Amino acid sequence: MSATRLELSDVSKSFDGLAVLDRISLQVRHGEFVSILGPSGAGKSTLFQVLTGGVARDGGQVRFDGAALGDNSPFAFMPQRDALMPWRRVVDNTTLGLEVQGVSRVAAQARVTPLFAEFGLDGFEQHYPAQLSGGMRQRAALLRTVVQDRPMLLLDEPFGALDALTRSGMQRWLMTMWAQHNWTALLITHDVREAVYLSDRIYTLTARPARVMREFAVPIPRSRRDLASAEASQIEAEILHTLLNQQQDP
Amino acid sequence: MSKPPRFARPFSRLLANAAPALIAVEALVLAWEGYAGLSGISPTTLPTPSRVVSQAIEHRGALLENTIPTLGATVFGFAFSLVVAFTFSVLIDFFTPLRRALMPVFVVSQTLPLVAIAPLIVLWFGFGLAPKIMLVALVTFFPMLVALLQGYAATDRDIEALLASMGASRATLFRLARLPSALPYFFAGLRISITYAVVGAIFAEYAGAAKGLGIYMLNAKNNFRPDLVLAAVSVSAVLTLALFGAAMVIERLATPWSQRDKGRRP
Repeated sequence: MSATRLELSDVSKSFDGLAVLDRISLQVRHGEFVSILGPSGAGKSTLFQVLTGGVARDGGQVRFDGAALGDNSPFAFMPQRDALMPWRRVVDNTTLGLEVQGVSRVAAQARVTPLFAEFGLDGFEQHYPAQLSGGMRQRAALLRTVVQDRPMLLLDEPFGALDALTRSGMQRWLMTMWAQHNWTALLITHDVREAVYLSDRIYTLTARPARVMREFAVPIPRSRRDLASAEASQIEAEILHTLLNQQQDP
Repeated sequence: MSKPPRFARPFSRLLANAAPALIAVEALVLAWEGYAGLSGISPTTLPTPSRVVSQAIEHRGALLENTIPTLGATVFGFAFSLVVAFTFSVLIDFFTPLRRALMPVFVVSQTLPLVAIAPLIVLWFGFGLAPKIMLVALVTFFPMLVALLQGYAATDRDIEALLASMGASRATLFRLARLPSALPYFFAGLRISITYAVVGAIFAEYAGAAKGLGIYMLNAKNNFRPDLVLAAVSVSAVLTLALFGAAMVIERLATPWSQRDKGRRP
């Protein structure tokens, strides 16, 4: 078992007395893909804001590689909608994180350009985001995220806005990318199937205030992951059952 | 993905688009020409359009001589106004309490009747360029400031959250997100304000100037030459349209992405 990278213990947050996160504890190990599943509006995005420093937590601890979070964030964040800047060409959008870090434009482009082919964006470097399809925009946003070279990716419903077919294609693509790169990631989603397909482990959250309800392991090797397989379907059914039951019985 | 050529719109379609406006203007001019010609009304009261055109051509030297100062006052005044509006917009964006302190003052500045203010400013600052620049700035500053502030406020929240997660400072956030987000709003404001700017310059000259379309109109009126007043009015209209067109060309060059993103333009 590899080392724990991210560890949350009893993280809580409330806005104006309204509890949003209630003593959330979870771990993500090195090289692991972990998903957080929960109903809409459960505070999943707030959890990411706590991690990226957008929102201060009320209580609990966040440790990364055993230390408290410092000035240099270990996270590369991919927001729900792609958040590409319409006024920047695709290549300049993907270098955004590097530019903020102070890397020169030329150096940043040199780092990004070789990755365009792998991300299916070859030949679209000089296009504007409005000229790309939904799937391409999402891949550009992911490229912008991974090129920052941070130890861990935070993906906030990255495929939520895509149509079903494009989403399936993107999930498959992300899976192959995962196999090639040694990324560590935390994914927020409300798509049970997506979580089962992509994750090593899954945490389910309750409706607001969000509490960790259960933890599921997906013990299927990535090489033979197939959404139609009996194993996958069984895990999916079990997760759905847990999520739906708690919604009926608040 | 195919993209339509940006400037090469077929000429015939351009003509088809402009045809209704051309026909309307033509009908209006013909009706005027017919009325003024047939009713026997004196040309010192209502000259025919043809007389306005022929007199404009005859006095083209004087008209041009008076157009240049007006153009100068408009451009300098507007440039000054843009610099001031941009400076204040940045200050207000970084120090939000300033908004509440300054906005009432700016709103009051917009309620001042130009007719009353223009002669006073000329009285205080003389017949030179300075009072004209000030009056043009007075009428264009506020719309430009509001356009910029609205543009900053329209910045995508997701983009701001993204930049924050990357560790961007407030200044970096402004440079990379808020400023470019404001560009379409800035240009929308620019197109409107540039038309006010010409009116402002002419008003300033009307109140007192050595040369300029405003003072030219005043003199023509006092000499019972409504034909020359209308000729000068036509020149100012053409000047305004030319500046408006220039603003649109600059907008196209400065925001090449928005041609592909028309739905999001304010």
